[in-house]
Amino acid sequence: MTKDTKVIELDQVAIRFSGDSGDGMQLTGTLFSDATALVGNDISTFPDYPSEIRAPQGTVGGVSGFQVHFGNRKINTPGDKAHVLVAMNPAAVKANAKFLEPSATIIYDVDSFTDKNLKKAKFTTDDPFAELNLEGYQKIGVPITSLTKEALIDSNMDNKTVLRSKNMFALGLVSWIFNRPLEIIEKALKAKFGKNLQIIESNITVLHAGFNYGMNMQHTTPQFLVPAAKIEKGIYRNISGNHATAWGLIAAAEKADIELFLGSYPITPATDILQALSERKDLGVKTFQAEDEIAGVCTAIGASYAGDLGVTSTSGPGLALKSEAINLAIMAELPLVVVNVQRGGPSTGLPTKTEQSDLMQALWGRNGESPIVILAAGTPSDCFDYAFEAARIALERMTPVILLTDGFLGNGSEPWKIPSMSDLPKITTRVAKDPSKFKPYSRFDDTLAREWAFPGMEGFEHRIGGLEKDESGTVSHDPANHQHMCEIRAEKVARVVDMVPDLEPYGCPEGDVLIVGWGGTYGHLVSAARELCAEGKKVGLAHFNYINPLPANTAEVFSNYKKIIVCELNLGQFAAYLRDKVQQYTYYQHNKVQGLPFLVEEIKESVIKLMEE
Amino acid sequence: MIEYTYTAKDFKSLNEVLWCPGCGDHAIMNAIQRVMAGLGLNKADYAVISGIGCSSRFPYYMNTYGFHTIHGRGAAIASGVKSANPKLHVWQITGDGDAMAIGGNHFIHTIRRNIDINLVLFNNKIYGLTKGQYSPTTDFGSKTKTSPYGTIEEPFIPGQLVLGAKGTYYARTIDGNMKMSQEIFDNAARFKGTSVVEVLQNCVIFNVGIHEEITKGENREDKQIYLKHGEKMIFGTNKDKGLVLENGKLKVITIGQDGYTIDDVLIHDAKEESLYMHVALINMTMPEFPVAFGVIRAVETRTYETEMEVQIAEVKKTSKIKCMDDLLRSGNTWEV
Repeated sequence: MTKDTKVIELDQVAIRFSGDSGDGMQLTGTLFSDATALVGNDISTFPDYPSEIRAPQGTVGGVSGFQVHFGNRKINTPGDKAHVLVAMNPAAVKANAKFLEPSATIIYDVDSFTDKNLKKAKFTTDDPFAELNLEGYQKIGVPITSLTKEALIDSNMDNKTVLRSKNMFALGLVSWIFNRPLEIIEKALKAKFGKNLQIIESNITVLHAGFNYGMNMQHTTPQFLVPAAKIEKGIYRNISGNHATAWGLIAAAEKADIELFLGSYPITPATDILQALSERKDLGVKTFQAEDEIAGVCTAIGASYAGDLGVTSTSGPGLALKSEAINLAIMAELPLVVVNVQRGGPSTGLPTKTEQSDLMQALWGRNGESPIVILAAGTPSDCFDYAFEAARIALERMTPVILLTDGFLGNGSEPWKIPSMSDLPKITTRVAKDPSKFKPYSRFDDTLAREWAFPGMEGFEHRIGGLEKDESGTVSHDPANHQHMCEIRAEKVARVVDMVPDLEPYGCPEGDVLIVGWGGTYGHLVSAARELCAEGKKVGLAHFNYINPLPANTAEVFSNYKKIIVCELNLGQFAAYLRDKVQQYTYYQHNKVQGLPFLVEEIKESVIKLMEE
Repeated sequence: MIEYTYTAKDFKSLNEVLWCPGCGDHAIMNAIQRVMAGLGLNKADYAVISGIGCSSRFPYYMNTYGFHTIHGRGAAIASGVKSANPKLHVWQITGDGDAMAIGGNHFIHTIRRNIDINLVLFNNKIYGLTKGQYSPTTDFGSKTKTSPYGTIEEPFIPGQLVLGAKGTYYARTIDGNMKMSQEIFDNAARFKGTSVVEVLQNCVIFNVGIHEEITKGENREDKQIYLKHGEKMIFGTNKDKGLVLENGKLKVITIGQDGYTIDDVLIHDAKEESLYMHVALINMTMPEFPVAFGVIRAVETRTYETEMEVQIAEVKKTSKIKCMDDLLRSGNTWEV
């Protein structure tokens, strides 16, 4: 390294890769993240892409982004704002201007800043940076398109194919800036493109061209050093929420020694779960791509009826379609896991954006008295734990369980210390043993779970269904029996509380303000709480992963703070639920429904404002 | 394989049968229970699945495993049951509303996948349980509670729908003919694939006598033909009528008249892959033709649940990942 290299040491950096939805930004971001995790930083990622596969090229609506946040300490969020923006065209600059730190560096492809592209991005002058008030930012124009062409001049590939490698130039350059080893990226490219040797070779060539460009031009490009984080010892891998969910389900089936069946219909942003499980034939996973959402859940119920762990995965609109069938599983008291990767609603809403607005749907979106267990994962990697728990509860308590994740968790990823199967709790299924004593709705005294007998088990032949029954399984319209059965189904779900760990607040165990959150906002809320505590504020965070039933000590925890603020990505659904379930407190609210995660800053502002009131 | 000895009574549950007296469902259930007794398969391996409707109460009356599910979704639930455990004998009981209206999507896709279930479609051309509204198979112009001036919709011909969905098996029978029904259910049970048996069923309350045109009155033998694989397409009170193919169309002839002999009469081939003749037989209507009964199509091919089993077994054989711990440690990992 020469003397004049500017090496800046940082605790944490957020980079946003941004370009047309066909520019390969998701791949670029993923490759960079993997390399970053391997050099020992903690990371958090956030893909942000439009719902159109290829929106008109060069337009702001067609911009696809991938933000990765990494540092030398625990990283809980993908970062409120980016320190470095890699922009493949003017539209990418426009779409991301508001997501940049004040001192941010913008690396952009000069070649794409043509009159035509400026017009497509609806700039009115020929100085896009001035138009967006970005004069004070460090801007590094790099002729990415022409240098990519230059690097592949001898390749015999057509122009269109050559230009597909532009993202590798940007990746190479950023890898130099942040000192990421190229070998890891090369390995990943080889794995991804398999036998397509020409593509592998050209991508690697351009990757190196980008890296070398950074090295050669170091008088203009700064170099950053982000030391490795202090991380607990163990074997790690990067995992997205959807993959973690899929794997948690397989782990549960293995632990319970039964087979896993997924009935599902593709829907953004839940499809990855179906895909990830389809890959696992080697572990005996049966996946059934159904003709619609209803058939997805119905095949899963059929599989559970036949003795498998039946699971269905979906997003909000799909959950709406599945509601009648979920009620059948409630009535038939069969184990079933329903994963809802929430997205912006109502209706088709914002399919690729995140939101927490299906809470009420999960709780109440069915006919009749329809109690159901609801869990919500908090980070991409703990989707594994909560998928496992959802299955454990479903199997041990003979009930459907809804697991709520969201687009932010499902698509986001983070390093994950790989558990060992022997560390996970055992799962005891409720398979009936004695035919002489078996009745379809006879129950265990403690849990009220019924016994599970499925076709093929001799001597247990019986009938179940959606009609109200008495204990013997006979259809009953008796008024007193119906009330009894409604109450017992509610009580069965309420008793799941004995599987729910106590709520442990983060930060101050008592104080001025308790931040309350649930599900996928954990990273942002814990970051806000940590920063507030570090500033000397008496703040705690109570984050809920168990929605129904709530942890037993919920009210006790709430009683230790002067004020409670419920922060959620909807207009106040959990707050309304708490007002019903834990009525003695006043709940302030911080709500956001923009299809985006929280910013740590905005949470802090709300909390400080509430303290001062 | 163990051969189990049963009587039809072994398949009857203790639940009181609540269908109306005289309802065609009683006869259909009796026929199915007799067939099940005769098959000698373990009773515990039967799963009888239904949706909603009069016919869908069927599982409650069976002394097997039974699951009375939700409207229209029986086929999807049955698909899950059979895929989860291919060893089971899965029967789906459904009606013209349950299968053709609310459950139309699951009906066609189950058939397309060719999952090995026995699907019994009770067709009485009316909604019975909701008391007399028209169904997707109600004849055009019929007056019902929701069509007081006559329906203005074309009905489905179930057999056409089955074949259009790549059906491998379609048979038609009628509730009153126990002997024929038993033969057909027995054949359907032994067929590997989605076997659809349409049963023309009489609703004594809301559509009484809907199939009487075929079954009652003089010369009823002239109004129906019982097709059997490999046999001549002969019918009639005197067994002297036959079906021939002329100019690409079916035609009814009398043997010994107009120069036609027995040699001109077609032989039924249920195993023919081409849909041509099967569709023509399904489409026959009175008075020009007799109504076709019997196993019209039975073409065995690969089934979904077997393909699933085979694929899982093959991948298991070659994959290095044998358990969850292997998967967790596969691919890109690093040690801290």
